[in-house]
Amino acid sequence: MTDDTAVDIEVRDLTMAFGANVVQRDLNFDIKRGDIFVIIGGSGCGKSTLLKHMLGLIEPARGEILYRGESFTRATNAERDVMRRRWGITYQSGGLFGAMTLAQNISLPLQLYTDYTAAEIRDVVDYKLSLVGLGGFEGYFPAEISGGMEKRAALARAIALDPDILFFDEPSAGLDPISSRLLDELIAQLKESIGATVVMVSHELASIFEIATNSVYLDADSHTMLDYGDPRMLRDHSEQPIVRQFLSRSTEHQEEPANE
Amino acid sequence: MKVDSPRFELHDADSGEPAILELSGDWVQGQTLPRFAMLRPQLTDTRATQLSLDTDNLGEWDSRLMAFLLQCRNCCDQQDIKFDASALPDSAQRLLHIATTVPRHQRQGEPPRHWWQIGNPLALLRKTGRNVVQSVAFFGAVCIALGRLLGGRANTRFVDFWHFCYQTGPNAFAIISLTSLLVGMILAYLGAAQLQQFGAEIYVADLVVIGVLREMGVLMTAVVIAGRTGAAYAAQLGTMQANEEIDAIITMGISPIEFLVTPRILALLVMMPLLTIYANLLGILGGALVSAGMGISMLQYAGHASDAVSLTHIGIGLTKSVVFGALIAIAGCRAGIQSGRDSAAVGQAATQAVVTSLIYLIVADAAINILCQQLDI
Repeated sequence: MTDDTAVDIEVRDLTMAFGANVVQRDLNFDIKRGDIFVIIGGSGCGKSTLLKHMLGLIEPARGEILYRGESFTRATNAERDVMRRRWGITYQSGGLFGAMTLAQNISLPLQLYTDYTAAEIRDVVDYKLSLVGLGGFEGYFPAEISGGMEKRAALARAIALDPDILFFDEPSAGLDPISSRLLDELIAQLKESIGATVVMVSHELASIFEIATNSVYLDADSHTMLDYGDPRMLRDHSEQPIVRQFLSRSTEHQEEPANE
Repeated sequence: MKVDSPRFELHDADSGEPAILELSGDWVQGQTLPRFAMLRPQLTDTRATQLSLDTDNLGEWDSRLMAFLLQCRNCCDQQDIKFDASALPDSAQRLLHIATTVPRHQRQGEPPRHWWQIGNPLALLRKTGRNVVQSVAFFGAVCIALGRLLGGRANTRFVDFWHFCYQTGPNAFAIISLTSLLVGMILAYLGAAQLQQFGAEIYVADLVVIGVLREMGVLMTAVVIAGRTGAAYAAQLGTMQANEEIDAIITMGISPIEFLVTPRILALLVMMPLLTIYANLLGILGGALVSAGMGISMLQYAGHASDAVSLTHIGIGLTKSVVFGALIAIAGCRAGIQSGRDSAAVGQAATQAVVTSLIYLIVADAAINILCQQLDI
């Protein structure tokens, strides 16, 4: 059903800056439909900033971002809202509304953007919570559950509207390796089943190699992207030594770093 | 695109044979979907031990079909009916599998509260009592911290102190100017209307001066500062609590009272009298403006006013300002430090700070006035 060559997101000549301080310049890459696309780079290189540009939370200094061929950068606020309705987003610290129960958090987008009846919303909320392994937790407040559960609840809210594109900002940050692995698997399985495109910021190398199909490496020193492609391929064959080094550093027995 | 209305039909069978659930139509947005509640009685009645699906006529579907199937699956599990999902599209099978891997959580914990427990006077009394005890304890902790500060052993940073002084004082000038000028004018109007009946308008000056110096100047300043600075203290400390910053302070071996509360209290103790003096001047000026409009010259007003001014009045006003400053700071900081850890709790802390400080203000003001009355000052 989905076209393998269709492009969901195009980033064109994007320059991100805060005032005179340029974070990244001349970014150019495509994200294909059905990809699990990871934004990689050292701390402070602007990974989250790039994601916030894609979400329209920060405006680019130059260049533009296109969704399915339409410019997001030049769209009006109303047009952006229509585009955003097809996205699901989780934020670094979850972004769940603390004053609402999990069920209320997830039903909010359903109430706003669908014609479901109250009973249907209840059923769908229960189903979405079951998908992330939180069946039975609908009456809990975000403060009453653990960090890992919060991340999964945020995922349930992100997939409430069956989105075409999922954005995750560090989905597994702060989780133990097992929970983080389970969350990665969950994301990969859900993505497979609902046929969405996934864009995520991550520096969990294990999960990057496990599930990512494409990636871009942002460099903090030269303030631009150094390489673009399948992370496993970049690790072994990137022309940029920095990228190979970054990707192989914490994986076992890849190319030992020279004695320091 | 033609859209068929979504339907289901259960073809029941005798025990041993699988019952077949036929799903058809497009289960999408814009359609009225069948409810699982209609299928449940049929499922509980059936004697079949297995349920198979027939999806040959199933069209498009969204999450609501999955929600329906999940309920169906859970119901079958309860009835010991084997649920055979193999006829579903691949992605639906996978989703159903993911949704049923983790067993449902059974909520345990506190029993449901009944309506008569909510307004229970005993529980309310106990809560109020606990609150009072906590307030007193907090006040004690603050006194100890101030004592340590005098002894030079406290971890209080004076950079913070100057910063809070600036926030509380100069930043509040505009709003204090407006309120105190208007309060002076209000007093003058109120007094003039009454005094005119006796032809004693000239005493408006006395009334405004005494009223502003003893009471209104300091009270209005305190109300403004309670809303402005008290709430800000609660929000700052509440956010620090939510951010685990206060945890970090405690584990560094620093007393949060000394580090966070002391500079804030000192700032208010210093700035409140200064702001009160400023407010008093503007209040008296406000009275002069109104009097001028009523034919009392500035000179006459000034003459009467200077007779009315006495160190006692000024002293009472300034004493009040110090007490009010301490109370506002304590109410604000206590609400912040004891705040919960989410965004809603920070909002509650700010509300609580303002409400508590207003109550403190009124009660303290009444107490001081009664005291002055008894002591004849």
